[in-house]
Amino acid sequence: MDTSKLTRIDDTTWQIDPTGDMRVPGIIFADEALIEAMDDKVAEQTANVARLPGIVQASYAMPDAHWGYGFPIGGVAAFDPDEGGVVSAGGVGFDVSCGVRSLLTGLTVTDIRAVQERLADALAAQIPAGVGSRSGISLNRQEMDAMLAGGAAWAVEQGWGEPEDLERIEEMGRMAGADPDCVSEQAKKRQRREMGTLGSGNHYLEIQAVEKVFDAETAAAFGLVEGEVLVTIHCGSRGLGHQIGTEFLRDMLPAAAEAGIRLPERELACAPIHSPIGQRYLGAMRAAINCALANREILGHFAREVFDRFFPEHRLPLLYDVSHNTCKVETHTVGGRPRQLYVHRKGATRAFGPAHSELPEALRGEGQPVLIGGSMGTGSHVLVGMGTGGKGFYSACHGAGRAMSRHAALKRWHGRQVVDDLAERGILIRSPSARGVAEEAPGAYKDVDRVVEVAERAGLARRVARLTPLICVKG
Amino acid sequence: MGPGNRMQPTGWTLEPHDADVRVVGWGPTLAHAFEQAAVALTHVVTESRVAGREWLTVSCEAPDPELLLVEWLNQVIFEMAVGGLLFSRYRVVIEGEVLRATLWGEPVDRARHAPACEPKGATYTALRVERVAGGGWVAGCVVDV
Repeated sequence: MDTSKLTRIDDTTWQIDPTGDMRVPGIIFADEALIEAMDDKVAEQTANVARLPGIVQASYAMPDAHWGYGFPIGGVAAFDPDEGGVVSAGGVGFDVSCGVRSLLTGLTVTDIRAVQERLADALAAQIPAGVGSRSGISLNRQEMDAMLAGGAAWAVEQGWGEPEDLERIEEMGRMAGADPDCVSEQAKKRQRREMGTLGSGNHYLEIQAVEKVFDAETAAAFGLVEGEVLVTIHCGSRGLGHQIGTEFLRDMLPAAAEAGIRLPERELACAPIHSPIGQRYLGAMRAAINCALANREILGHFAREVFDRFFPEHRLPLLYDVSHNTCKVETHTVGGRPRQLYVHRKGATRAFGPAHSELPEALRGEGQPVLIGGSMGTGSHVLVGMGTGGKGFYSACHGAGRAMSRHAALKRWHGRQVVDDLAERGILIRSPSARGVAEEAPGAYKDVDRVVEVAERAGLARRVARLTPLICVKG
Repeated sequence: MGPGNRMQPTGWTLEPHDADVRVVGWGPTLAHAFEQAAVALTHVVTESRVAGREWLTVSCEAPDPELLLVEWLNQVIFEMAVGGLLFSRYRVVIEGEVLRATLWGEPVDRARHAPACEPKGATYTALRVERVAGGGWVAGCVVDV
């Protein structure tokens, strides 16, 4: 990125000063190396978001930001409904409520190494991954509506998951305000046979070892012990979310024009929060959040079933479940007064600090676990929200972010070779597609360690532990 | 069949876009360009041969050719997802704002097709539908995968 047009505020904060019809500044959290590696499009898209009606404080880009659709991936923006604020389907994206959940196993790396090949094969057989995979779960009309209203709580009622999981999921496992009637028949049809599936692309289920602890006290509170093992799942609301994103992006284009909103680009399609289509989108998008929460709950249950066959004494409690493509109503202090805002996070993780009322009692002393996915060869991180994160509406990064396109990755790597190289390092990959593995090769991603270090230096979230993969089931 | 050469009258290609990919089709008519863009969409998923054993029809409409391209590709993505299908061939007819099409394909065979990733939706990013010098049309947009 050309930094000559940015004002450097401090070590990790770059400002796009308001020009033209920008209503607020743009803020990019990055160090020199990360900002230089970012596409100029990130600054352009961050500035475009700052042009939308009702935006409050600033348009933010997280340290892993990259070129997205309308919003940058890694974009955060909050809108005030009483100041003409908007809700944007493009500001949430296609994979509504895509997110990460981690389960603790209490097992050691040695325990896993003893059964690693068999465990990898068993997980690959049990976890439906990739295009055309099915879990065998099929929902009729009533079950679909119950799932869309109930989220992970619905999944637990059906026997897929444990009641104790719910307090370890954002919104206690059930997003309020979901309206299944706002979800089209097409979207429901697309989801009918997709519950309990991982999807493809960068979605995965990983068995990970705690390689390094940065913050011993918080790690202990989270149940993270060096040398012990977690199960981490990255996926979202599957076809239902994709269809909702598609339909509302289309329908918000004329709605924005009718409301007199000039869109810098079509992918920023949005509508006033106080409008019929804005409310319909919120009802549908929240239903898609519940779909994602239910989906991850079911996948977690499948993983528990596999582990139960190998390690029947270990019950795999949930550490936490975060979503990183959402729009949520939250109260933030802006201009010295608390305001109810519609916070869009597109490829950004909520990161509430200690004592936040939305955290369960067990986590209020530490802050919210922030689960960051890396690549299958490098590592992932567990961070914790900090009290200083208010400048980005208590948000942090969501992953490493891609360093090169899928196309460039395919030119550089062969899937088989990536699998063999990782196997030599003790990481077993199970995927239906060699090409998919090549597209997701570890080298195609930015350095996740640098991204989270910058997030910490920027005061967004603090590092707790670094995780390395042992097994990766990829879609 | 691999990506085409722009010197050929009809063809498709995939262009890199960060985490995603841009599908592009071209041909002597708008309908041909749309057909080829959809062929490109299949190649986002698989490089293996897809048979045309089954067929179905779809229709959609939009106020301009660019929005119609997005609608069309999203119809194809919907049918791929709901039917668990891959398509090898398309026949598109465009009359004004309305597109009607026949799609030929087969169910995804995970062993044979080794599908790499599933398209989530066609986007308005890098969306262009244009006449090209010397006649013909080119149509493309980024697909979120």
